Amino acid sequence: MTSGTPTPVIELTNVSREFQLGTHSVRALDGISLTIQLGEMVAIIGPSGSGKSTLMNTLGCLDQPSSGVFVLNGQNVSDLSDNQLAETRSHQLGFVFQSYNLLPRETALSNVELPLKYSGGIKGKDRRAAARAALDRVGLSERYDHRPMQMSGGEQQRVAIARALVRNPELILADEPTGNLDSKSSAEVIEMLRSLNEDDGKTIVVVTHDPEVAEAAKRIIAFRDGQIVEDRPIDHPTDSVTDETNENAE
Amino acid sequence: MNPGLLISTAFGSVGANKLRAGLTLLGIVIGVSSVIAMMAVGRGAQISVTSRISELGTDLITVSPGAQALRFAFFGGGGNSDVLSLEDALSLKDDVFAPDVRLVAPENSFSGSAVVGSESTFVNGVGITAEYLEARNLSIASGRNITNADVENIALVAVLGSEVSETLFGQRNPVGATLKISSREFTVVGVLDSQEGTIFNPDNSILVPINTAHYRLNNGTGLFNSISLGSINVLASSEDTVDDARTDVSTVLRLRHELAADEDDDFLITTQQDTIETLEGTQGTFVILLGSIAGISLLVGGIGVMNIMLVSVTERTREIGIRRAVGAKRRDILFQFVAEAILMTFAGGILGVLAGWAIAYFGNGATVDGDIIETVIETHIAIIALGVSVAVGLFFGIYPAVRAASLNPIEALRHE
Ligand SMILES: Nc1ncnc2c1ncn2[C@@H]1O[C@H](COP(=O)(O)OP(=O)(O)OP(=O)(O)O)[C@@H](O)[C@H]1O
Ligand SMILES: [Mg+2]
Repeated sequence: MTSGTPTPVIELTNVSREFQLGTHSVRALDGISLTIQLGEMVAIIGPSGSGKSTLMNTLGCLDQPSSGVFVLNGQNVSDLSDNQLAETRSHQLGFVFQSYNLLPRETALSNVELPLKYSGGIKGKDRRAAARAALDRVGLSERYDHRPMQMSGGEQQRVAIARALVRNPELILADEPTGNLDSKSSAEVIEMLRSLNEDDGKTIVVVTHDPEVAEAAKRIIAFRDGQIVEDRPIDHPTDSVTDETNENAE
Repeated sequence: MNPGLLISTAFGSVGANKLRAGLTLLGIVIGVSSVIAMMAVGRGAQISVTSRISELGTDLITVSPGAQALRFAFFGGGGNSDVLSLEDALSLKDDVFAPDVRLVAPENSFSGSAVVGSESTFVNGVGITAEYLEARNLSIASGRNITNADVENIALVAVLGSEVSETLFGQRNPVGATLKISSREFTVVGVLDSQEGTIFNPDNSILVPINTAHYRLNNGTGLFNSISLGSINVLASSEDTVDDARTDVSTVLRLRHELAADEDDDFLITTQQDTIETLEGTQGTFVILLGSIAGISLLVGGIGVMNIMLVSVTERTREIGIRRAVGAKRRDILFQFVAEAILMTFAGGILGVLAGWAIAYFGNGATVDGDIIETVIETHIAIIALGVSVAVGLFFGIYPAVRAASLNPIEALRHE
């Protein structure tokens, strides 16, 4: 557990996002206010179409709110240019998608290297060393030269996590990371995210339909119709409970 | 993304679809190689024409009658007004008025069929004086030249071009034999050396004394000195005095023709330099024409590249989304696709230069319709062609690349 004065990583104030669909408009986010502190692990749940992905895209600087203020690490995101947004995406956060989104022709190593290629000024040797370290961190030391097609879904998702980690950002965003995985692979991915939070102190926001993923978090935010309907901490009183959960997962 | 990474990424993407890249490349290869080959042929023709004219000697000046006589009067010796007379020619031999003129060789022309026994051939003949051979850089293979005595005597003697000789007499030596030209009997006194490959080839020609041509073959009348001429060949005293000789000729002829200061010449003076320039100009147009036709195929190749790049952008929408999501800026995407287009056209350009070079190299000396094709490969054309192929890649790659760069990352990621 992080101690001391909390540092906000994410601060949303009255954020809305509307999509224009022909004549009528859809309010995917409807006046969201939310603060996430450094070191938190937050699960976001809610029915389909409730705006979870829209929120994640906003947090990931892939999409901009229609109104309201989003401050990331003290920086108002709406002040950023397109280039600065791209830099923010590669420097300050890592995004993990439901569908992995790896480049199919590239090996695991060069997929993980990709964000570093767009950072500039990093030598090829250093890039590869960092990519290997990230793959080692997610337990894929044996898979450097495998292409996505040659790996299981769980392995692919761990490659995607390694890619999110490679620039060593404080914030990891994961939108239904276990949505395409069987229960065993899901457990691996959940454990990975939990460990990144517990052991490496990463701030993690994860969207899920999976109660086990939610269990791994320390705080649950429930969405409905673009609004937060519930926001509560989860207590993990003892390790024994965690062990029990893991056993159940087997 | 730094340039090195950009290039290696471009290689990866282009290499991922080799057949497609190869076919796209082919368009550029064909375009560039045809540019190279066409230019080599065109330049070869240009240079060989120039050198063939130069063989005649650059001190040759040709005077033809008629103000608006074609510049190519030289070929056929024909202006349309009868303003050059033998006397005009003789007056150019004047050391005082025309000091820079070394030699004067008037000529007129005739045509008709030449017959020996059952063999006959149609000839364009030239009526000459003894000076003609020197003026035109011709030489006698056997027998003798036409002498000025022959001219005075209106002798029925002829010197044959080598081809005429072969047509009429086969391998026999015709010297001393007789032949009929327009039903008049001539004695062959000499045969010319073959001048095959030169631009004013006399091989198919018959030379007779100028008087004979006028009175006997053209049924001309009038006094000896008033014989009208096809043209006058003048040699300057040296190659450096061509312009002076030209002035001499002009002065003398204007005086003789009593032209007032404001009247135009009623004759045309052509130096070899003029002829070379005119022909080079014509050939230059020809080269440009060939080049443009080839350039169009390069353009078509470029459109092929654009087409493939557009397909590629659509197919790789998701890849673009992924790259953008992990930190690629718009310009990174832009450069990536432009780099791929240029990589293809540049590779096509290199292969095209090699192919064009090979075509020009092996095509050199080939004969088409009896004409020997000479090719001249110029390095700067190859460099320009390469540069143009890169420019084609840039030009046709930019639009697809802009489309790729302007994609919204989320929509790109959602693309299936
Ligand atoms: N680009 C878009 N254009 C129009 N409407 C959109 C767009 N993106 C999302 N929406 C709408 O916004 C609402 C929220 O969508 P969002 O993808 O955030 O839901 P979600 O909670 O992630 O759902 P799921 O659990 O199915 O992934 C939906 O009604 C959706 O149709
Ligand atoms: Mg979603």
